[in-house]
Amino acid sequence: MSFLYSARRDWFSNVRADVLAGLVVALALIPEAIAFSLIAGVDPKVGLYASFCIAVVISFTGGRPGMISAATGAMALLMVTLVRDHGLEYLLAATLLTGVLQIIAGYFKVAELMRFVSRSVVTGFVNALAILIFLAQIPELINVPAAVYPMVVAGLVIIYGLPRLTRAIPSPLIAIVFLTLAAVAFGIQVPTVGDKGDLPDALPTFLLPDIPWTLETLWIILPVSLTLTVVGLLESFLTAQIVDDLTDTPSDKHREAKGQGVANIVSGFFGGMAGCAMIGQSVINVKSGGRGRLSSLVAGVFLLLMVVFLSDYVGMIPMAALVAVMIMVSIGTFSWRSIVDLKHHPKTSSLVMIGTVVVTVATHDLAKGVLTGVLLSALGFARKVSQVLVVEKSLEDDGETRRYTVTGQVFFASASDFLAAFDFREVIERVRIDVSSAHFWDLSAVGALDRVILKFRREGVEIDLVGMNEASRTMVDRLGVHDKPDAEKLLGH
Amino acid sequence: MSKPAYIIPADGKVMACLDASAYTESVVDHAAWASRRLAADLVCLHVLDRKPARPARADFSGNIGMDTGVELLEELTELDAQQARLAMRRGRALLEQARQRASDAGAINPDGQQRHGPLAQALTELEDNVRLFVIGKRGEAADFNTGHLGANLERVVRSVHRPLLVTSRKFQAIERFAIAFDGSATTRKCVEMVCMSPLLKGLPCHLIAAGDETAALTEALAWARTELEQAGFEPETIIQPGNAEQVITEQIGELDIGLLVMGAYGHSRIRHLIVGSTTTAVLRSSTIPVLLLR
Repeated sequence: MSFLYSARRDWFSNVRADVLAGLVVALALIPEAIAFSLIAGVDPKVGLYASFCIAVVISFTGGRPGMISAATGAMALLMVTLVRDHGLEYLLAATLLTGVLQIIAGYFKVAELMRFVSRSVVTGFVNALAILIFLAQIPELINVPAAVYPMVVAGLVIIYGLPRLTRAIPSPLIAIVFLTLAAVAFGIQVPTVGDKGDLPDALPTFLLPDIPWTLETLWIILPVSLTLTVVGLLESFLTAQIVDDLTDTPSDKHREAKGQGVANIVSGFFGGMAGCAMIGQSVINVKSGGRGRLSSLVAGVFLLLMVVFLSDYVGMIPMAALVAVMIMVSIGTFSWRSIVDLKHHPKTSSLVMIGTVVVTVATHDLAKGVLTGVLLSALGFARKVSQVLVVEKSLEDDGETRRYTVTGQVFFASASDFLAAFDFREVIERVRIDVSSAHFWDLSAVGALDRVILKFRREGVEIDLVGMNEASRTMVDRLGVHDKPDAEKLLGH
Repeated sequence: MSKPAYIIPADGKVMACLDASAYTESVVDHAAWASRRLAADLVCLHVLDRKPARPARADFSGNIGMDTGVELLEELTELDAQQARLAMRRGRALLEQARQRASDAGAINPDGQQRHGPLAQALTELEDNVRLFVIGKRGEAADFNTGHLGANLERVVRSVHRPLLVTSRKFQAIERFAIAFDGSATTRKCVEMVCMSPLLKGLPCHLIAAGDETAALTEALAWARTELEQAGFEPETIIQPGNAEQVITEQIGELDIGLLVMGAYGHSRIRHLIVGSTTTAVLRSSTIPVLLLR
């Protein structure tokens, strides 16, 4: 019952709006799929087949109804080297492997790890992605006939101006149709989509990648598949979160991970490249009224029908129109608010965001950028927490005992501060160190305490250590202390 | 979940589930009746199950500008907020009316409560101190003419672990009741629960069984009879060949029964999908309130 109920809700609670939104998304997907194929260095049909397969399969297998997945820029950027060095067949194999890895990741509940990806890293991710999509358009603007430039400008004007007049028709579509008609009517000689490679002329067919099935092949595709897995899941979880927030409904991230895996496997078998969820398209879908699984299904099916039956016309689309659409996509992906926020956000957060962007843009690898961001935010956090350490000095009533009361967090980042808080030059009979209100998180902390004790002993001082048992409880490697019965003692003392 | 279904807190309340449907008044009346009979407090519940908002005008422009996502989130949140505030105010007015009506009908300490979320979920969350839920056969969204049950009802029946009084369109004083009986464990439990509860004490009672007069059925009926007699009822038994739905519906009309007691759905979903369920069928065809016991 609950299955039937949720199936009905996910699929048929919003039919009319889902179909309409699916059509809008399909129209927006076509230029993107073509553009991302060109970024990856493969024929447009690879991206188009991928977008069809992924959008259709994910509508059944995904964990986030209303989210749109297809061939994406983030994934395309990671494939460039593999395609250049080894060719399309290896890309298809890598796509299959990515799918398998994503399914495994789904079973291991990798979505839980998203908690370590801070907001600043996410912002850095989308900004870097936007910059890379924009940069990928530059080759289309260099060494091209002069007519390209006014066409791109005209495209942008239509895309951004038309919604002010009417929101009933997709403005990118109008821009593409208008520029294509203009180019054909006036015989303007500019590069077209057809010049860039094959377009689909038939429905995709099932085939195995034509590669030697050896360990050697595995070592070629595995590194690529691993990064594809990470980036694909990251962007998918991120997009799912955005759709969750927009629609105020929950999603199943673990199911989404497995669903992305299945979708990529199907895509690989039907000659498509790996893909993932798309932030921009999902926002467009929600904005156009799409909420259910039907929107993604309609988008995929409609995309394929249009491309297969209109492939002759799709080939005529000038690259300039595509560039205009992609500039729009990159502008829409970029978090402009984050620029304004730089002024009043904490410096460490800004550093994490900018670090993520810089590393990604430099390496063209979103996985490296995110890793950098995660490390930077972890370091920043450790530094902040290390400041939560106070060592109070007082003289006891007998006048011969120095008392040090340690409160706060002692771990690798604060161990040296801890050490520096003691006065070893003082001539005194006895030192009492009260650590019952301190947390000793790791071996660095314990090592620092050992050194303090040794140093005092060498000066002939008698050492009295109070509360070590409580303090070293935190050393025990336990995660999720908050739900253990003695957690209060541990955290509250 | 882990608790056996039949352990019902004796100090629990009667909870009337309200919405702006044609059944609301009847639900309040039935709940007030139950509250009086059980000497239990009455709570009127209104659940706000918000449909996600949609912008008033469709936007098919398909373009994304600077921070479109952020703007969209703000727009949708604002729409939801307006809707929610309106629904909350409406719900409060509804509850106040219901409380007044219940109070006039002699309910004990009638009170109102609002909750967010899907109905079935809200009820399972609240059921710990409830002994009886009262709910209309159809909600405000259901179309009366189609004869279908409300979409929420079946979900509620399947998820709550408390007796559920499903009301008819209009309250009529309940003068005699019947128990749908087939000798199964579920219906035996029904008999036991009727015996234990003060809800139906002192009312004339019929045991209706559909099927052939087999030894097993006769024996089961005899058992039920004794149980009921010991609890102070004077049951009459009726055995009619035929399918349960038909027999029960016919007998209700003939005997002028005011309330039917029956077991709720079994747990076999597969079977339910294929052959349908007697519970649903009887609920759909009956024009009297039905007390569903789990």
